[in-house]
Amino acid sequence: MTMLTVNNLVAGHGLLTAVRDVSFSVAAGEVLGIIGANGAGKTTLFRTLAGVHPASSGSIVLDGVDVTDLRPSRRVASGIAMVPEGRRLFVDMTVRENLQVAGENGRSGAWTLSTVLEALPVLAPLLDVVTGGLSGGQRQAVAIGRALMSNPLVLLLDEVSLGLSPVAIEGLYKQLAGLKGRGDTAMIVVEQDLDRAMTFSDRVICMLEGRIALEGEPQVLCKQAITDAYFGLAHGEMAHA
Amino acid sequence: MLDALIQGILLGGYYAILAAGLSLMFGVVRFINLAHGDLAIYGAYLVLFAVEVLGLSPWVAVASVVPVMALLGWLLQATLFARTIKGGFLLPLLTTFGLGAVLQNGMFGLFGSDTKSLGNHIGNLSWASWQLPVGISVGQLPVITFAVAVAVLGSLQLVLSFSKLGRAIRATSSDPEAAELSGIDARAVHRAAAAIAVALAGLAGAFLAMRALINPYAGPTQLIFAFEAVVIGGIGSLWGTLVGGIVLGVAQSFGATISAQGFQLAGHLVFLGVLGGRLYLAHSRNLGGWRGVLGMPALPLKSATQLKKVTSEGRS
Repeated sequence: MTMLTVNNLVAGHGLLTAVRDVSFSVAAGEVLGIIGANGAGKTTLFRTLAGVHPASSGSIVLDGVDVTDLRPSRRVASGIAMVPEGRRLFVDMTVRENLQVAGENGRSGAWTLSTVLEALPVLAPLLDVVTGGLSGGQRQAVAIGRALMSNPLVLLLDEVSLGLSPVAIEGLYKQLAGLKGRGDTAMIVVEQDLDRAMTFSDRVICMLEGRIALEGEPQVLCKQAITDAYFGLAHGEMAHA
Repeated sequence: MLDALIQGILLGGYYAILAAGLSLMFGVVRFINLAHGDLAIYGAYLVLFAVEVLGLSPWVAVASVVPVMALLGWLLQATLFARTIKGGFLLPLLTTFGLGAVLQNGMFGLFGSDTKSLGNHIGNLSWASWQLPVGISVGQLPVITFAVAVAVLGSLQLVLSFSKLGRAIRATSSDPEAAELSGIDARAVHRAAAAIAVALAGLAGAFLAMRALINPYAGPTQLIFAFEAVVIGGIGSLWGTLVGGIVLGVAQSFGATISAQGFQLAGHLVFLGVLGGRLYLAHSRNLGGWRGVLGMPALPLKSATQLKKVTSEGRS
């Protein structure tokens, strides 16, 4: 079942078009990885999907409902949640309060405080700690937990490993791997680490200068095709594996 | 001296009610409302109207006007403030300065330029006092005002700490975009904050009209007092507002014992002293930048207690 469909999406910053005519879809329970060099348009695409950046044209359809014109909070209520780059926690509130806020304002569903703590056990002893005092890895776990609390149909994870130590990244992806099999939530992951994106995702999109340059399943895509698409060495047409 | 101290503390209750709304607007909406004092006077005139024209008792009038002021705040945020805030830092200042002028001239047109007071409508409460064992008299109205200030701030603290609306207000105050990404409608939160702020301004105006004479152009002076109390106590801190109000009230009370003009001057000097001290610390010791100057906590908050609780697991 298709959970999210993006049709001919265009978004930009003033005169600069950062996302050009992007179309793709994600199925329930699928993990879609989005890779690309800096400036490829990944974060603008994510921010447009989440509603914090306006789309110039195109449409975003979530579970059969057009959400293109909804503000971010309404999209969360509809089922799109984002873990933003830099975590963006409420730093003077406790872990419990950060989770509570999303639970109170999101969709109702299977994710509750207890199920989130079960999936992210690192948070259990930190519930009453103010998030401003947490480490990078702990903050990232709170950000993921906060997004889960809104019971998303589609979970957007923007550079979740950025700024974390290798040990923290390993732990984080173990926790994310545990989420993959739970329910129908689709995940879209922006990841700078190519190997990580390829091993974690069911399907990968490589963006170049705002366009999709390559799309396919990781086990089918050859390394040369990915490298070419990533660096724009052979990007005349969109390649499908 | 003790008398001046007690009178100053009680006066701080009025300043706390007046300043809490200004602090809330800046803390949550990041909006400095230069019409805040005029809105307080507008609230006082509405209470006077309800008492003198509609024949309501003063306390019923106050209880009726506060929700009306809340609605006015909600409407102002929805129609005016939210639009101007997108225009940068200067536009809200100019807009609310203009709103203040409109309110002043509107009140002048409707109620005339004569000074008015609620004092003659509240019986002997405007001058009645209690005698303390140390031979000092404390006015009943200032004590009631102080008690209302503590009750209002305490209620607000409870709402902010333990309610869904309070958590949404704190989250939006911390990061409006992240709040939206957590499902909070930041526009609705800003409207709620503006409603509370203007309701508090109206309540403060009513207490001012009970203890003093008001006129349509009294708002800017009240704005200055509110701003001083907020900065002394620290913007965004509810109980800091009460502390700031008390410090200002005590300074004014001591100033008044020196000379009649000393009432306002002493308050301004204490405000300048606090601001100067914070400027010195912010620039010479790099303590918090502009947030430090305004008495706001530096971000992120990291107390030793919090850090002790944090485990080393997953630290990057």
